[in-house]
Amino acid sequence: MENKLESNFKNMVLVLLTVTLGIAASVSYVFALTQGPIELVKQEQEADAIRQVVPSFDNNPSADAWRVAVSEGESDNYDYLYTNQEPDSLILYPAKRDGELVGTAVKTFSNNGFGGQVWVMVGFKPDGAVYGYSVLEHHETPGLGTEMIDWFSQTGPGNIIGKNPSVKNLQVKKDGGDVDAITAATISSKAFLDAVNRASAAVSGSVDSYSGATKKVQN
Amino acid sequence: MGKNSIIVLKGVLKENPIFVQLLGMCPTLGVTTSAINGVGMGLATAFVLIMSNTVIALVAKLIPDKIRIPSFIVIIAGLVTIVDMSMAAYLPAIHASLGLFIPLIVVNCIVLGRAEAFASKNKVLPSCLDGLGMGLGFTLALTLLGSIREIIGSGKIFDFIIPGLEEYKLLIFVLAPGAFIALGYLIAIVDKLRS
Repeated sequence: MENKLESNFKNMVLVLLTVTLGIAASVSYVFALTQGPIELVKQEQEADAIRQVVPSFDNNPSADAWRVAVSEGESDNYDYLYTNQEPDSLILYPAKRDGELVGTAVKTFSNNGFGGQVWVMVGFKPDGAVYGYSVLEHHETPGLGTEMIDWFSQTGPGNIIGKNPSVKNLQVKKDGGDVDAITAATISSKAFLDAVNRASAAVSGSVDSYSGATKKVQN
Repeated sequence: MGKNSIIVLKGVLKENPIFVQLLGMCPTLGVTTSAINGVGMGLATAFVLIMSNTVIALVAKLIPDKIRIPSFIVIIAGLVTIVDMSMAAYLPAIHASLGLFIPLIVVNCIVLGRAEAFASKNKVLPSCLDGLGMGLGFTLALTLLGSIREIIGSGKIFDFIIPGLEEYKLLIFVLAPGAFIALGYLIAIVDKLRS
């Protein structure tokens, strides 16, 4: 290493500048290459999740989607630091067959997860009953909170399919509700149901009553 | 045995980054909740290690001593970002399960450690092989740890249920304390085997 560049001011500035510019150029090149495919993958995952939670449809729900503003519910600022996003609205995807509404998929969230935000796609039938759900993103404990992926489905112990959150009380039994919480993961169960109830409120248009209910729980 | 294969084997066994050098403990303890996560994280890190060692060996002579660390970190961070974006675009399934940990490869001390201790002082080919060896050693260690934690913690291996074992799963092995316990025993066993 005899002929190494000397550490004088000019060399250091020049080398650091060259290194950063070179890396910036290659990162932007790869970004330009992958931007399209990443967008496609995201749309595909979204479409997949919608297909899982509503009856079969023939329109493009993503094209017809609209947003409904929601309250943030119970939350603390820590979650925002962590995920860097502050959702203030839910996206509703109407699924139609031959022009008739067969269900609505809602991309919903809760800030109360054990490991941060939980994002769930929940599908409702036009009468407001839950048709299906798919957990999109979570940071729950493996083996405990992660059970939510199957726990609340038709075959799971905490089945919520076919229940209507505006009629049934979709809370864990500890809170006086009708749903069995995941064993040893009550916080994750509550977060999941919080997301479902928020989605239900958005679909039935009673967003304000839901935020009111949330405040009551907090007091 | 050739000089080159010695460099590769050294990373896998004699100087295994996890069991012997005890580097990169954070991803090791954090990701290894299942065997497949261990494999994925190991291979992603191995790829970054090979690339960063090669690039750094190429440019090491052009970088003045006093600014070598910031330069190396910029190069490593750039490579990790490229790997992250490529995986998100072309391997979305693996990216979904490892997503959070990929950016952490930047701060994995194995990568900077090898850049500083080996790549900046050696030629391109040995550096590339050193990256390969260390990467394989890291993958091996993570897969082993992930398998043990998955078998004891959830009664499965690579997501296949082991009959009879599922009823006796010890959840603590999937949680953080289990990582420390399993890693501690593994290091002790490897240490015994080496001496």
